[in-house]
Amino acid sequence: MTAALTTGTSPAEVRPLATASGLEVWHVASDFVPLVAIAFNMEGGAAQDPPGKAGAAQMLARLLDEGAGPYDSDAFQQRLAARAIELGFNAGPDAIGGSLKTLVEHADEAFDLLRLALAEPRFDEDAVERVRAQTIASLRYQANDPGAVATKRFFREAFPGHPYGSPVSGTEETVAAVTREDLVALHRRLVARGRLNVTAVGALPAERLLAGIDAAFGSLPGEAELEPVRDMPLAGLGTRRIVDLDVPQSVIRFGVAGLRWRDPDFIPAYVLNHILGGGAFTSRLFQEVRERRGLAYSVGTSLASYRHAAMCWGYTATKNERVAECLDVITSEMARLSHEGPTEDELAKAKDYLVGSYALAFDSSTKIAHQLAQIAFEKLGIDHIRRRNALVAAVTPEDVRRAASRTLADARMLVVIAGRPVGVAEA
Amino acid sequence: MTSGTPLSRTDAPGAQAGEGSGPDITTYRLENGLEIVVIPDRRVPVVTHMVWYRNGSADDPLGRSGIAHFLEHLMFKGTERHPAGEFSKVVSALGGQENAFTSYDYTAYFQRVAPEHLGRMMEFEADRMAGLSFDEEVVAPERDVVLEERRMRVETDPSAQLGEAMAASLFVHHPYGIPIIGWMHEIEGLRRADALDYYRRFYAPDNAILVVSGDVEPEGVRRLAEETYGRHAPHAAAGARLRPREPEPRAARHVRVADPKVEQAVLQRLYLVPSSRTAAGRDSYALEVLGEALGGGPTSLLYRNLVLDSRRAVNAGGWYMGSAIDDTRFGIYAVPAEEIALDALEDDLDRALARVPDELTEDALERAKTRLIAETVYSCDSQSSLARVYGSARAIGESLEDVRRWPSDIRAVTKDEVVAALGQWLQPRRSVTGHLVKGA
Repeated sequence: MTAALTTGTSPAEVRPLATASGLEVWHVASDFVPLVAIAFNMEGGAAQDPPGKAGAAQMLARLLDEGAGPYDSDAFQQRLAARAIELGFNAGPDAIGGSLKTLVEHADEAFDLLRLALAEPRFDEDAVERVRAQTIASLRYQANDPGAVATKRFFREAFPGHPYGSPVSGTEETVAAVTREDLVALHRRLVARGRLNVTAVGALPAERLLAGIDAAFGSLPGEAELEPVRDMPLAGLGTRRIVDLDVPQSVIRFGVAGLRWRDPDFIPAYVLNHILGGGAFTSRLFQEVRERRGLAYSVGTSLASYRHAAMCWGYTATKNERVAECLDVITSEMARLSHEGPTEDELAKAKDYLVGSYALAFDSSTKIAHQLAQIAFEKLGIDHIRRRNALVAAVTPEDVRRAASRTLADARMLVVIAGRPVGVAEA
Repeated sequence: MTSGTPLSRTDAPGAQAGEGSGPDITTYRLENGLEIVVIPDRRVPVVTHMVWYRNGSADDPLGRSGIAHFLEHLMFKGTERHPAGEFSKVVSALGGQENAFTSYDYTAYFQRVAPEHLGRMMEFEADRMAGLSFDEEVVAPERDVVLEERRMRVETDPSAQLGEAMAASLFVHHPYGIPIIGWMHEIEGLRRADALDYYRRFYAPDNAILVVSGDVEPEGVRRLAEETYGRHAPHAAAGARLRPREPEPRAARHVRVADPKVEQAVLQRLYLVPSSRTAAGRDSYALEVLGEALGGGPTSLLYRNLVLDSRRAVNAGGWYMGSAIDDTRFGIYAVPAEEIALDALEDDLDRALARVPDELTEDALERAKTRLIAETVYSCDSQSSLARVYGSARAIGESLEDVRRWPSDIRAVTKDEVVAALGQWLQPRRSVTGHLVKGA
């Protein structure tokens, strides 16, 4: 179908550029809208939180734009707002990332504010306390939200004793324990240009862009000081945990082993995941759980790939009385797919979808910048977006069976339920 | 076959980015009444195809709340020509994405595909505009899906329950007080016949707007539309919206949800205010600027007052939902700092509102306007955003000229207008205040 038409084309023309100071920037020129979108990430996120201080990297990320250089938080935010510059930072398990969006006319000011935020954050006492209070308030706000509760417990069970087992946002106790000194030290360790990925999309001429990127990142220290993090397989397969919550509907999280991006079987596993529970109305779980039985509004699975772990995990929510039925359907669909593999037609359609829909992820500057930053972070190479569709199109039934045996296997899952499921016990 | 006649054509590279400029839009209307809006964006070979119907949850018949949304789900259950799921399978096999959504004033369906598949999308979408057909047996499981959706969004979330209670209290007479998804007990009673009655009343070319954005030529879109949607006869009675008007409010109202699951209290407030469609003069623009200046982000007056200065709250903000056919809502929220009671925070909030006329500097006003206007430029970066901006505007009866002029109308707002809007509309008697607290 569409595969033949689109496997050879690239959804965006990406050029590698180098700044005067030697930083590489992946660039897509686009003058459709007078804006520029930057995305970046640097190795070392929440997995680098000091012991007992989960949430420190996220606090650090949130504090970068809360006062820097000569500007206190309010002055800094006013400078951004006055020019409608959108700047934000976030922490993930393995990286601190950020994005910048600005009208071309304000690009120089935007790069300067980005430089200040990265190189000279102030960590003023009042800003630290405000961000701490906001973080704790949002943790409390979600304290009994079934989805948040189930996810938190799932990670704790999946990665016990590992940094991935602690929530990126921390807990009330660990966030309370983070000191200003911790944040200053973490900033010194993590914010560096050594393992930085920067992408830029938009209408800024390359010369101005490169000067701006150098201004923003060029003066950062060379290498981050990263604590080693160990590889960890998904724990708890075959176990079921229940978090009691007085709600009429249970949220279910379930997971099996996954594969990392750079694993040679990642693409086959990705195709397999699409067939099982990927984001279309055609997936087996969507059909069996939602369409045929009306068990849930949302059901699906995705591959999560971290630097030191990977999983295929899923989500759904059904009324307490139907949890057992829902789990049976999910388990049997997973086992059936693992044992029998997809049908020929199913595999062909899944590949057609994945190939044809790839361009949809590249239809705005912000989306392109983020896609490219992710690809750079996974070290897949600047030509990945050109090669990717051919990789998907080449997946054979044998590849999918191999990926299934490495992930779904015999469908023994880690299951976490938040709610009051009827007739379902821990196991 | 019908031939189309152009409604208007707006070529609009404005003088200055963000000040009255916008995409090069073409519009026309087919003889059967279908309105067409084409928004070119040729950066990538992708097209967004949307059909908007001028009916939403506020048009649900009395006692049948949720029917607009339930029907939206049932629209995926097949037609006389195509069995359930076929459309979705085709979209997926073509590498497309699809979905639909229901709001108070409209319901919309969309697919995103490569441009060469636009014609097929139109065939399917036009087919279900008139040929919806499904068996009784698909109705019950789909109703269960909607009930699970409601459980997920509302029944397990005290904060959403407070939101529903506040809206129900703010709108004492108008259906904006009824949740889009419907009340639980009424969803349980929705039947196949209810959905089909509603479908026959509203789904017709003369009650719809076709929006196509992306890598397309207006002439090609028009030809495809004539071959597909053009086949349907107009439905003369479609689109009559008979909605009661809110009476003039007299009572400041307070509602409270107390639930043992609440670990973080929250203060919420809604005001009944004019929308972009009901406002006399320039009030709607003034309310947009007021919403941004008062509550948009960390430089807003509420954040400054309650979070940065007095430290009575850890977060605070506000917003104005200007896009609505009838009188609408202006919202404010604050999350109290440790040890601060909601009653006390409410007094702080009222004092902060009273100080707005003094504290709204020219700088703050300019900042708010700049951010609102930049948002319209940023939205041009996404064909989906553009399709939504123009589709929703037409669905509530705004003209394309209204959309095009919006940045300059915002730019022209004065401090006096903002202060006057505050005084006139953010009055206690027009408000509902909500407390989310921990309860036994």
